[in-house]
Amino acid sequence: MIDSTAIVLRGITKRFPGVVANDNVDLTVRHGSVHAIVGENGSGKSTLMKILYGEQPPDEGTITVDGTVRSFKSPRDAIAAGIGMVHQHFMLAGNLTVIENVILGDEPGRKWRIDVDVARARIAEIGRRYGLAVDPDATIDELGVGERQRVEILKVLYRGVKILILDEPTAVLVPHEVDELFTSLRDLTAEGVTALFISHKLDEVLAIADAITVIRAGRTVAHVLPADVDAHQLAELMIGSELPTPETRDDTVQPETVLALRGLCLHDGERVVLDEVEVVVHAGEIVGIAGVEGNGQRELLDIVIGIEQADSGSILLEGEDVTTLSTRHRREIGLGYIPEDRHHDGLVLEAPLWENVMLGHQTRKPFVNGPWIDKRAAIERTEQIIEAFDVRTPGAEVAAVALSGGNQQKLLIGREMLTDPKVLVAAHPTRGIDVGAQAVAWDAIRDARAKGLGVLLISADLDELIGLSDSLLVIYKGRIVAHLDPARITPGELGSYMTGAREASGATR
Amino acid sequence: MTATVPPETTNRAAGRRFALPESAALRWMIYAGGFVVVLSVLRVVTGVNDLTAGGTFSAALLLAVPILLAGLGGLFAERVGVINIGLEGMMVLGTFGAGWAGYEYGAWWGVICACLFGALGGLLHAVATVTFGVDHIISGVAINIIAPGVVRFLAAIVFVGTSGGAITQGPRISSNTGQFSLPLLSGGNLFGWNTPDPLQRIANKEWFLVSDLCGVVHGLTNGVAMYTVLAVLLVPASAYVLWRTPFGLRLRSIGEKPEAADSLGVNVYLMKYLGVAISGGLAGLGGGILVIENGRRFNEGQTANRGFIGLAALIFGNWRPGGIASGAGLFGFAEALRLRSSPGADSVLAVILLATVLLALVSLNALRTRKYVAAAISGAVAIVIGVYYWQAEVVPTEFQFMTPYVATLLVLIFASKRLRPPAAEGKPWRKGQTT
Amino acid sequence: MNRRKLIELVGAPFAAFGVAVVVSSIVLVLAGYNPLDAFDAMWSHINGTDALIDAINDAAPYYVSGLAAAIGFKMGLFNIGVEGQYRMAAFWAAVIGAKVSLPAVLHVPFILIVAMLVGGAWASVPGVLAVKRNVNVVISTIMLNSITVALVALWLKDSHFRYRPNPADLVPKTKTLDRSAWMPDLNAAIEKIGFHFPANTRLHGYLVLAAVIGAVFYVLVWRTRFGFDLRMSGANPSAARASGVNPNRMIVMTMLMSGALAGLVGMGQMLSEGHLFGDQFPTGLGFAGIAVALLGRNHPAGIAFAAFVWSALETASIGLSNVEIPQEIAKIMQGTLLLSAVVVYEIIKRQSAAATLRAAAETTRAKALEVSTA
Repeated sequence: MIDSTAIVLRGITKRFPGVVANDNVDLTVRHGSVHAIVGENGSGKSTLMKILYGEQPPDEGTITVDGTVRSFKSPRDAIAAGIGMVHQHFMLAGNLTVIENVILGDEPGRKWRIDVDVARARIAEIGRRYGLAVDPDATIDELGVGERQRVEILKVLYRGVKILILDEPTAVLVPHEVDELFTSLRDLTAEGVTALFISHKLDEVLAIADAITVIRAGRTVAHVLPADVDAHQLAELMIGSELPTPETRDDTVQPETVLALRGLCLHDGERVVLDEVEVVVHAGEIVGIAGVEGNGQRELLDIVIGIEQADSGSILLEGEDVTTLSTRHRREIGLGYIPEDRHHDGLVLEAPLWENVMLGHQTRKPFVNGPWIDKRAAIERTEQIIEAFDVRTPGAEVAAVALSGGNQQKLLIGREMLTDPKVLVAAHPTRGIDVGAQAVAWDAIRDARAKGLGVLLISADLDELIGLSDSLLVIYKGRIVAHLDPARITPGELGSYMTGAREASGATR
Repeated sequence: MTATVPPETTNRAAGRRFALPESAALRWMIYAGGFVVVLSVLRVVTGVNDLTAGGTFSAALLLAVPILLAGLGGLFAERVGVINIGLEGMMVLGTFGAGWAGYEYGAWWGVICACLFGALGGLLHAVATVTFGVDHIISGVAINIIAPGVVRFLAAIVFVGTSGGAITQGPRISSNTGQFSLPLLSGGNLFGWNTPDPLQRIANKEWFLVSDLCGVVHGLTNGVAMYTVLAVLLVPASAYVLWRTPFGLRLRSIGEKPEAADSLGVNVYLMKYLGVAISGGLAGLGGGILVIENGRRFNEGQTANRGFIGLAALIFGNWRPGGIASGAGLFGFAEALRLRSSPGADSVLAVILLATVLLALVSLNALRTRKYVAAAISGAVAIVIGVYYWQAEVVPTEFQFMTPYVATLLVLIFASKRLRPPAAEGKPWRKGQTT
Repeated sequence: MNRRKLIELVGAPFAAFGVAVVVSSIVLVLAGYNPLDAFDAMWSHINGTDALIDAINDAAPYYVSGLAAAIGFKMGLFNIGVEGQYRMAAFWAAVIGAKVSLPAVLHVPFILIVAMLVGGAWASVPGVLAVKRNVNVVISTIMLNSITVALVALWLKDSHFRYRPNPADLVPKTKTLDRSAWMPDLNAAIEKIGFHFPANTRLHGYLVLAAVIGAVFYVLVWRTRFGFDLRMSGANPSAARASGVNPNRMIVMTMLMSGALAGLVGMGQMLSEGHLFGDQFPTGLGFAGIAVALLGRNHPAGIAFAAFVWSALETASIGLSNVEIPQEIAKIMQGTLLLSAVVVYEIIKRQSAAATLRAAAETTRAKALEVSTA
């Protein structure tokens, strides 16, 4: 006899050096339901799911799947028990084809011969059944974000899995893609699949979930039904207060231009990456650029920072033509940069905080004195940042790796704001950090804006983009296709511009 | 989820890429054919008959195979994301294995032990890089320092006192792995019948192109050591294993995105160990062939940096077996010409003429596409080399010694922007720790 | 915390040395020798003033070579080409140094500068190729090592660079440097403080040069802006680049410096010992330098210690001939020492990273508690 519960977790505890990621977590998931697990970044949702998927062993607690207590040594065991997972960061090998990525680890055919035809047929069949169309012979490198996510779901379904874990699946999708994902999820649950849906976006959770579990600081704090709560109550449960909002109310835009991009073009071989991009940022203005990942916004930022050169076009910073100047020179004129991936481009993790704070200012006083480093001055400045931006750290000498993601981001933002830049280039400034750090980041950007900072902002979080921006541009296939007024647009409308479904400028100002 | 067509999708050049390209064999044959045509023209122009002589090509094959094996070794390591600078050291281990077991138990045991000794070196590299996360270059350098020391120590114990043996030289290996000639074409044996050798006859006629082609094919198919045959067969075998089997798919996935393989329950550590051990084994085989077929005994320093050239062939070949084979073939050919050069009929000089012509063509092409700097540089180099060809009688052997290294460097200079190494190459991986 | 640091600094090399001793003992036993005999013979050989002075003299080039490799490693640039660079530099230093006649005060510095310039120029080739053509430095330096060997052999064989007063002279070599280009020994200076050298032993003046280079290295890498850019580029190239460091310029600069240091590697032999470049000129100093840099964790003090251990093992192994054990066991010891050292360093790095995380998390929590109760 099958129990009506698909999964029961009891007393799951997981400790990492210095942190308890999961503290006695309980969870019960019913068959054929969409069960949402909500909590802010760093609350331990992902760790819990990794434990359920066999990627990490719990220190304590039991996992019961379909009435049987299981202990997973690897994802292989979890898959055998009928559990599959779609990770927040795609787990796809770029140089391999869709078929290869899907069948990896569970290849059809004999030991010394993969039966590609069987694989292709099965993938086509699953694709038809659940509306997950994708070219099976394309390599992942050739696919867009939405397609890559479809491949991830195909991977799971290919294994005949009955329990599907989705870790922040909507983070990189535009609104109507989210709707499509939800439709697919409904189809799947109708076929008897159980879905665990991890998110911190409360509207989405309320729209899709049959049941909700709230996690806070590694503990389960509530089990609720979506009908019984609204977004405010859910936020209250999640963080103990209302969620901070990225709204900018007063108009601080000043007439003078601080950053102007004129006719920027970039080609990658035959492909057009940027096509005659024109952007103007005034002092005290936040210009948001919306676009689906891979439409040229990353390259645009690289060109503004000066780590890539455009094929043609020019960049004016504070009225000075900086097109051919180095990154260092541009920074000295007054350019700040919050990179998309702080570990990759922002911080040197093994270096102490004071060296990280020096980074980007290492040509300027007080950090250097002629050719010599002034460590004392650097530590002093670091302590100022720690104080002003509420960076939780034992001190300025500790390595950056020891800080939590939110604290690293606060340090980074503090560093970039330190020398009062005229222009800030910010990519996803609050991605993956807790609400406290998020609020600090938004406040810092708003305060600097009030003092006349011009900001070029890119974000996948459409609420952030609409909330913060004074002016909104949409980039699609390397072209600016729309110029919108953030006060008069909804995320849904913005999404349709981003995918090219709507063109021409809407609310042109 | 069907309405989204992100920009990348429009750029889908060649779709079907699951298997080996269907036309791969054909393409390689066209390349090879073109190569022979160029050589025959060059032979007629310069009168250096060695260029297409069967002897040159059988020597080239013999010299290419160690490089080929080292390159294939590199392939298996790098396809699981481990850079293997230690190929040279693993080859050195292979030479000792072959020199010792070949002398004691016969040639085929030498082959087996060469492979095993090399694999031991690979395992050492795997322990350091995979288990302990030591930087791949550092571990490779360490292995290159250790291996000659270990081999010298072992040689001092094992070879000193044997007949003809000393610390730097093993005793002569009396047996070999047997020979193979292609029946009907190159005088091979078919069910006890000694077939005729028509290719040799045509090759002797000096008919333009026809004789050249026959000479080349004859050189490659007459009296080839079984060890060499084995090595050459490893090229399609590697391609098959890597692209057609579950094992190969898992190996390749780990070089690209180990997290993906891990999240599907593939044992990443095991795969990495296997890949690097296979890498060492192949490199060891490369060392072994130097002992069993080329030198007939162990000699210290026998590998002469061929492990590094194998690495270069790997890069030259863009991390694909066919590419590695062509790189190894080219380097082997260059070395064969050096060995067969004689005053007055200097093959290397002939090749220098070829290089001049090619560079001049590159220069013209650059001029056409308005890359003036590139045109000027290649033009200037062409002129310098051309003048050298005009006045030189004999090329000093040092120049010929440099040929493979310079060639490799040139290939890297002109081609490294189109290369696509495995994405996760050189990155340490630890389970449960995503970067 | 300090205790952990001390254990890391002192304990790790000793642990690695222990592993090397154990492994070589096992090898010796398997080969039918008594390891104690071997170590006893090695110890009794090195345990004498003249052997010790030999070891110190030999350690100096390893040290400089180690520094040359280390400056590249510090920014994640693997200059495997020190081997070729020092040979190229030594050859030209010998040729040009013999052509000029200068007073001693100028002659030695002149040759040193020539060597640095040649080494730097030769090393900048892979640097420029990496920047302009995206050629992997490891591969290009490996290729250039072999090319250098051939080039130098060619120049030495039959060209006007070869010094051949007597046509019957079969040994290829350059002209011997004038006396003015010989570096003075330290014997006289040290005997003033009361130390007496055994007969026929000399402590090379090159040691002073090596020590000065080490000090400059330390100040440059850890105290200057350039060093900061260098270390940041090594630890996270893309973050350094976003901070305004020009990665291309850094690569070429570092290769230039690494090559200039490499140029000085052969100067111990050139100015303190042989005074010419011939086919007997020592080889392998570049590869030893890589090993020594890794053992010494790219720090001048560590490299000094490692260079001494490396050369002491070599010197001590001479004693093995007395007990008829192959001297090559020293090579095995060096190799296992190197490999176990890098493994031990890696383990320690992981442990201390975990400890840092834990400590930071605890202090942060304590602070947060303070804030919330206040």
